[in-house]
Amino acid sequence: MDTLDASVPAISPRRPIGASVATFRALMGSGFRRYATYRQATIAGTFTNIVFGFLRCYVLLAVAAGAAGGAPGGYDARQLATFVWVGQGLLNVVGIWGWGDLADRIRTGDIVADLVRPVSPVTAYLAADLGRATHALVTRVGPPVLVGALFFPLATPSRWQTVPLFAVSVLLAVIGSFACRYLVNATAYWLDDARGPLMFWTLGSGVLAGLYFPLRLLPDWMTVTLWVATPLPGLLQTPLDVLIERDQPALQAGLVALQAVWAVIMLALAHWVQRRAERRLVAQGG
Amino acid sequence: MGELRAYAALFGGRLRSATAYRTSFAVEMVTNAAGTLIDVVTVFVLYHAAASVGGFTLDEALMMTGITAFAFVLADLTVGNIDQLETYVRTGRLDAVLVRPLAVLPQLILADLPLRKLMRLAVGTGVLGLALARNDVDWTPARALLLVTAPISGAVFFGAIFVLSAASAFWWIDSGKLGHGFTYGGRDFTSYPITVYGSWFRTLFAYGLGFGFVSYQPALTLLGRADPLGLPSWAGYLSPLIALVVSAVAAVVWRLGVRHYRSTGS
Repeated sequence: MDTLDASVPAISPRRPIGASVATFRALMGSGFRRYATYRQATIAGTFTNIVFGFLRCYVLLAVAAGAAGGAPGGYDARQLATFVWVGQGLLNVVGIWGWGDLADRIRTGDIVADLVRPVSPVTAYLAADLGRATHALVTRVGPPVLVGALFFPLATPSRWQTVPLFAVSVLLAVIGSFACRYLVNATAYWLDDARGPLMFWTLGSGVLAGLYFPLRLLPDWMTVTLWVATPLPGLLQTPLDVLIERDQPALQAGLVALQAVWAVIMLALAHWVQRRAERRLVAQGG
Repeated sequence: MGELRAYAALFGGRLRSATAYRTSFAVEMVTNAAGTLIDVVTVFVLYHAAASVGGFTLDEALMMTGITAFAFVLADLTVGNIDQLETYVRTGRLDAVLVRPLAVLPQLILADLPLRKLMRLAVGTGVLGLALARNDVDWTPARALLLVTAPISGAVFFGAIFVLSAASAFWWIDSGKLGHGFTYGGRDFTSYPITVYGSWFRTLFAYGLGFGFVSYQPALTLLGRADPLGLPSWAGYLSPLIALVVSAVAAVVWRLGVRHYRSTGS
């Protein structure tokens, strides 16, 4: 008779990698479907994106009209408009805001259910978040870009490399954003309540990722420091700069590489923090 | 008297729950103040890139930003958390609020009073102070009065917008983000001279919805500048009237909404 052990039966014991991929895909699908059920919220959110698109676009175009040379931060009017409108769509894909699930589960003690699963919470939540991002890519990018294109002249890419580089950059932005949000949520392991850090993140990430104004409008030393020393420009500014071809191809590729380095660092950090937290975790609730 | 005690008890409960997690609360409080600061920093950054935006200098624009900052912060602090109504409606928790012998709106406001936003008020006042210091205002009794009425009316106006956008949840549960376009969007709209906006967009927001009278018109009157868009200078004094009208609309819509409310039954 076989000996009993406590290991979790794999979905497909002979093909462990295939099974992991299947699990990851299933979790991604669940993330996608979860957001697909919030149809009203999708429409309401899109409306708000469009209002803010008009607000930011008009203000930045007025800045361009008043700036010496008409190109503040090295952007012309078309590039600024594209930056704003694609940014309003991409904001939802990258999803820098509004994810407090993990913190809630830690506070209520539900996190225990995640820890007994055979998949690491970081991996499981990453899969679900990629599903969420895919849903946002399908539903939330088109409408603001379409409205923007109807009302303002937008810039279109002129180099073929821009399109694949933009796709990679968006994926890295989603991963980087997820890892940052995971870390912010994970403060709840130590603080019990992560509302403060979440609020801090919401405000800081918006402005430092380039949502309020393109970061190139800041003094050069500040822009460079932000880019090198923080993962934040990689969440929005880098993919947008890539799309509107703000820089030469080599520099564009360099910025995406920097983005990749930061995504890996943040993801590794999330894994490390999760392991540390598991060692000290006192489950709440009961 | 009994009613007041009940409201005081609600507020006390809110105070205790807000301060239960001290570290988190402290971070929230400081961050909130920083949030208002970021809006103002954005104005400085944009004017750093261009000396004149929409025909106005930084100092002149600060007058609009200042009135808006103070008015919005005061409204957000007092009634801003009404946007939680969405959650009350979705979960059916509004039932508990409705069965109590108190008015619905004050209950919701007091039960969710966002004390963490208290420090924003200091920032808002600071911005308005800075705007006054950097502009050479030719003080008359009328202008002094305007300095008091404009920010207060602005706060009433934003408060009514908060209530209106929250009330949409009575008909459309997941409407939270929809309201943000008018509350936070309205704040952004009124932080800049309205000359920067395209004509139909400006007409809709400034004159159709009344946002132009919150800070742009009063700031012009305070600065003694003629409106490049052609409204006479007494338009700066209209904000209390506009606030009153929007509040009346908000009160009616709120009442209709409460009547329309059906519990979730779960």
